[in-house]
Amino acid sequence: MSHDAHTATPTPHKPVHKPVVHGAAAGETGKLMSGSEMLLECLAREGVDVFFGYPGGVTIPFYDALVDHHIRHVLVRHEENACFAAEGYSKATGKVGVCCATSGPGATNLVTGLVDAMMDSIPIVAITGQVHSKLIGSDAFQEADTFGITRPATKHNFMVKTVAELPQIIHEAFYIAASGRPGPVLVDIPKDVFQAKGHYTPVDTIHLPGYKVFTEGHTGQIRRAAQLVLEAERPLVYAGGGIVLGNASAELTEFVEASEAPTVCTLMGLGGLSSKHPNFISMPGMHGSYAANMAMTDCDLLIALGTRFDDRVTGQLQTFARGARVIHVDIDPAEVGKNRNPDIPIVGDVKRVLQKLTKVLLELKPEFGPVKDAARTAWRKQVRGWMDEHPYDRLHDDHVIRPQHLMDEIDRLSNGQAIVCSDVGQHQMWAAQLIGFNEPRLWINSGGLGSMGFGVPSAMGAQMARPDKLVFAICGDGGFQMSIPELATIASQGLPVKIICMNNGYLGMVRQWQTLFYNNRLSAVTLDSFPDAEKLANAYGFNGRTIDKPWQLTDALMTAIKDPGPYLLNVMVSPMENVYPMVPAGASIFEMVLGEKKPQLVGA
Amino acid sequence: MLQTISILLENKPGAMMRVTGVLSARGYNIETLTVAKTIDPELSRMTITVAVEDRLRGQVVKQMNKLINVLQATDLTDAPGVIREMVLLRVRCAQESRTAVLKEAEIFHARVVDSSIEGFALEATGLPEKLDEFIDVMGSYGEIEISRSGSVAMSLETKKLRLQPPVPMAVPQATTY
Repeated sequence: MSHDAHTATPTPHKPVHKPVVHGAAAGETGKLMSGSEMLLECLAREGVDVFFGYPGGVTIPFYDALVDHHIRHVLVRHEENACFAAEGYSKATGKVGVCCATSGPGATNLVTGLVDAMMDSIPIVAITGQVHSKLIGSDAFQEADTFGITRPATKHNFMVKTVAELPQIIHEAFYIAASGRPGPVLVDIPKDVFQAKGHYTPVDTIHLPGYKVFTEGHTGQIRRAAQLVLEAERPLVYAGGGIVLGNASAELTEFVEASEAPTVCTLMGLGGLSSKHPNFISMPGMHGSYAANMAMTDCDLLIALGTRFDDRVTGQLQTFARGARVIHVDIDPAEVGKNRNPDIPIVGDVKRVLQKLTKVLLELKPEFGPVKDAARTAWRKQVRGWMDEHPYDRLHDDHVIRPQHLMDEIDRLSNGQAIVCSDVGQHQMWAAQLIGFNEPRLWINSGGLGSMGFGVPSAMGAQMARPDKLVFAICGDGGFQMSIPELATIASQGLPVKIICMNNGYLGMVRQWQTLFYNNRLSAVTLDSFPDAEKLANAYGFNGRTIDKPWQLTDALMTAIKDPGPYLLNVMVSPMENVYPMVPAGASIFEMVLGEKKPQLVGA
Repeated sequence: MLQTISILLENKPGAMMRVTGVLSARGYNIETLTVAKTIDPELSRMTITVAVEDRLRGQVVKQMNKLINVLQATDLTDAPGVIREMVLLRVRCAQESRTAVLKEAEIFHARVVDSSIEGFALEATGLPEKLDEFIDVMGSYGEIEISRSGSVAMSLETKKLRLQPPVPMAVPQATTY
């Protein structure tokens, strides 16, 4: 603490050798500290202000040191949610999220969150306790092979053997998590390493000879890409989560405007280009709009930026964007050419590549002249035509609240500004379709892994990171019930998260598939005995309400938003609604089912 | 077809598990795997042969190169290189066929490492396919038992090893202790 700063000040006649290092570490090379203190010191140096965790036997020494430290710890009610909350925090800020769990069950409970962060490339550092070094391998109490279990669940993981290597490992973990294609990194620390004393020296360099990060992009390829863009008659920008992760939203907007290309943003990329931008179409893919999927199918140049041709986007690969040439920009070389061989592969940071690409594009533009203008105008008109032909269904009903009505109303009240954390399922798709986002880092959801129970804890993390923002947690009644324990955390931290439970009494997405593809034989999807939302919220000391009439919706949402504390709004919606458009699994994305016309049944 | 990959990796705990994990997670079956330290005891050289569709070969090497402990993964399947394998083989043979076995062993440049009244223990080195033949031939003389090393490979091209230089840590934050 601050008094240490004085002891650390060099005597007046000596020069200050490390003026850039502030505070107590200045000149304190080799200060004796416990492993726990070193860990906190490293976290502070990495700029961590808050982390999410749950203590246990082997992490007690660490939590003991935490008592004297300014870093804020949020006690979650389940370790999985510590990781989800760290993801929400990271997605809302772009900083590395940190979570912490004890050995054994604590660590295994983190795994879902780690895989989730892996799939969506979210920078997370997870700290887990491990049993005493001498007990490792002895099937000790609360021992699990965390290092082995989390190897495929992380970008990289570490097991700390001695207190001397701890600082280097912690900083390497942060570096790996945040750089290149971001991802989760786990550091497993035995109890005796937390307790051991060692001389702490601040780490100043990271040396990972085998860790290659490609950022710049090949100049020649960028030039060729710019030429292709100028030659194209029907270009389409396909922007993914990399735009958000790479803070490349401004660069994307410039590029889209310079290239005049219509743009789709994937589920992970929503907000990368403002939903209000005239070039923005919508999300593509399984539940993407008619216009987005038709544009994907008919374009002659697909400009894929920070995206990975996920099966939920491409549908059947053989027929995906058949006539299009492809430019693929991604920071991960393994993603380029994984699902679709691009004509122009560019491995690099999408922000840097887009800066250069736009520059070259504008330089070359005069050479190409207005030869393609007629074709480009026709293309824009075509896309506009598709958008008008089959817009998303936002219809309201007089007697029941349709889920689409609920999302439409949230969209209207948010006006593209609120943070929306979604759980997984039908509500997620409707929210992604109908709620607009003016900027990146407002739409937070579990895309790749599709982890139910993500909505509430990620909203917790996001609200913690952005106290100034209105934060919605939109859940289904299934996912919400997976996160009920966190209502206590929300209450205890006084986080004014607005939990909107879209309650249809079913595991809606599974029910939809059973209805459409399994002859409507509903199996294990009915969620009865949902608790009284008002009583539930009250039990935790905040307000809640259940509504089921369309005319109550606006007032109820306004009441929730105006409430200074957390709020649980349980919205009973028409239960049998299906999400459309829908591309049946394995079909081509232009073979969309647009509405209630009965699709073919499987095995009928 | 079988893909041969040569990997230079840091000799760190779990490094081998990461390499094999990438293969199993993506559904590829490892045919052979050999690993031992290099001149630099902190580095190991690993040779893996794995059954992969041609189309996905590049993908496997890219996934390997993404691993932080892997300094370099190279596809040697079509590159100029030497691939060798060793087999230790014990053959039980009748007295009258002993001379024939030895003749045969000579053809394959195999060495006798043990001899007993029951038969011989032989050591042979060569291309994996050659060893297949050797094993077949020996099998025709009597009951055999084998232990194969798996392929070891070396590229004959000098490929520059590109390593990431040290990077300065991002601006240190104010500390508190």
